[in-house]
Amino acid sequence: MTTHPSEKKSRFDPEPMPRRDFLGLAALGSMAAAFALSIFGMLKLPKAAVSASPAKKFNVALPDTLPEGEAFVPPGRNVAVFRDAEGVFAISTVCTHLGCIVKTSSAGFDCPCHGSGFQKDGTVRKGPAPKAATLAESLKKRGVAHDRRGSER
Amino acid sequence: MAADGYSALHEFWLNLRAIPNHVYRAMFRGGPPKTDRTRSSFIFGNVFLHLHSVRTHLWSLRWSTTMGLGIMTTAAFLITLVTGILLMFYYKPYPDVAYQSIKDIHFIVPTGRFMRNIHRWAANVMVVAVILHMARAFYTASYRKPEEFNWFIGWGLLVTTLGLSFTGYLLPWDQLAYWAITIGANIAQSPREITDALGITAWADIGGFQREILLGSDKVGEEALIRFYLLHVMILPLALVMLMAVHFWRIRKDGGLAKPANADELVAEEAKEFYPVFTDVPTKTYHLAAIVKGKTAAVGSGPEHTVPSMPHLFYAELGVLMLTTLICVGLAFVSDAPLKELANPLVPENPAKAPWYFLGLQEIVSFSAFMGGIGIPMLCVIGLGLIPFLDREKEGTGSWFGGPGGWKLVKWSIVVGFAASIGVEAFAIHFGWLREWFPEIPQLFITFINPGTVLTAIYAAYSIWAVRRYNSTRAGALALFTCFLCGFIVLTVIGTYFRGPNWDFFWSPSDWGGH
Repeated sequence: MTTHPSEKKSRFDPEPMPRRDFLGLAALGSMAAAFALSIFGMLKLPKAAVSASPAKKFNVALPDTLPEGEAFVPPGRNVAVFRDAEGVFAISTVCTHLGCIVKTSSAGFDCPCHGSGFQKDGTVRKGPAPKAATLAESLKKRGVAHDRRGSER
Repeated sequence: MAADGYSALHEFWLNLRAIPNHVYRAMFRGGPPKTDRTRSSFIFGNVFLHLHSVRTHLWSLRWSTTMGLGIMTTAAFLITLVTGILLMFYYKPYPDVAYQSIKDIHFIVPTGRFMRNIHRWAANVMVVAVILHMARAFYTASYRKPEEFNWFIGWGLLVTTLGLSFTGYLLPWDQLAYWAITIGANIAQSPREITDALGITAWADIGGFQREILLGSDKVGEEALIRFYLLHVMILPLALVMLMAVHFWRIRKDGGLAKPANADELVAEEAKEFYPVFTDVPTKTYHLAAIVKGKTAAVGSGPEHTVPSMPHLFYAELGVLMLTTLICVGLAFVSDAPLKELANPLVPENPAKAPWYFLGLQEIVSFSAFMGGIGIPMLCVIGLGLIPFLDREKEGTGSWFGGPGGWKLVKWSIVVGFAASIGVEAFAIHFGWLREWFPEIPQLFITFINPGTVLTAIYAAYSIWAVRRYNSTRAGALALFTCFLCGFIVLTVIGTYFRGPNWDFFWSPSDWGGH
């Protein structure tokens, strides 16, 4: 039997898609969408909008006896402060490789974890560290250290 | 009113008296398993045992087939599970008190130190066993069709096991824990090595995102500890148990352990001792209960060269369980789990070393955080997972060092694997690397050309040579896998014994000097 599209179908003709199938598919689709959206929403949970972290600004009082070019590490801070002819500057002692705390040595800084070495101005001397140690912003005025990269803990 | 004249009350009394007997019979429905048939129903009527097949091929029972390594891994996991739950009664996952609670467990809680030691040793045994088990499956080519998927699951189990180990030693919040979290989280951040070099970190900071997800903060603190605790006691164990269930079930569904094609001939002599298999005349087909070939049910005769899993397989399994327990308890008696000083964010230990199974990684991380911590490990892990899909040959399945090349190729690969890793390390230790020669060199060069990547390239080249020499992917896989095992051993040994303060090379810890 041939049917013309415009012809009214007999009730024995198959529907293009049975109504039940359509409703079933719609239900499945909406369930899948709901799952996807709820998982997407949950993925936002592990990342807080605001996280508590200590202030990255602090005051440092340099010892008056500090010789030029010698590092001063304020107690409780991961930063080394220097005085030279141009003024005062500070270098973060957090290794740029994987975040261990470097210690001062005659050559500059050495990292205990993976063997990175930095010169006194913070440039990489040896090892895997990908970039120079972070130099704090100008300290020439009041001796206030501000860590630009926020890697100071 | 009961029909035979007893009052209902009397019947109630009789039922009450019969409770122990009825409970026993409800629990052990088939009665004591005395015949092979009741042994079979004992297995598939039990939710825990039915992961086993009812009958086991004699080949699978030979100790040289598996050396019991899978069971040993499972046993070690069960021991960590039990002791871990006991430790959870006293452990407090918060930075201020975590260290104190471990100290309490160690010094005050009765048997606490013992439980902690067993937990630690069982975890170490599990790591060793899981690596050896993987090597066994690889060298007997047991990953081949139809067991490719199970190799995949096993691969997931290896990663989960290492994840459990890593999250575990962070919990005491001592120096080891604190600096391990710091370094681990910064390895997660190390894609910045690439994005910084390309200048796209501001738009696509994958590394920073990964670090923040792990730590829950931009610093290592209480959020990080809670996250790692949750991973250690909840998420990873659940994942492990689920993967284990699939892993065991697949062994059964894939027709038992991999066997050489002529396994039946090889065990024919042993099999004679076990005939006739069925001690009483069966009343039903064993088609479902055992793997029977052919169209008709084999009524009245046992499947050839198999024995009932109960008791043969179970005794072997219990034996390995007891041996593993003995090893863990013995080690726990002679060696205490370490507890270093309280975490100090200002001063790392010098040298700051990871546990032994990550020291090989630490060695290549000391060349480049990204390639050592993410690039090369990802290559290894992806390569391992893909082995069954790259090697689709048939030769040598189920026998040790099977396949083209065989033991001879493996022997040479051991030589190449050790020589290349020792050579590259010796060169880097003696002459330094690019940064020392060209201080101005861009970081991308060091990231991609460092001793770790050079070693990987040598191994890859050797493996390609093996593929061509034997005209077989299996030969290449044998070469590569062996080389990586050797490299892992060499790097681990160097990291463990020859690295001292500032990660410098020392022939002996006695040369470390004061610092």
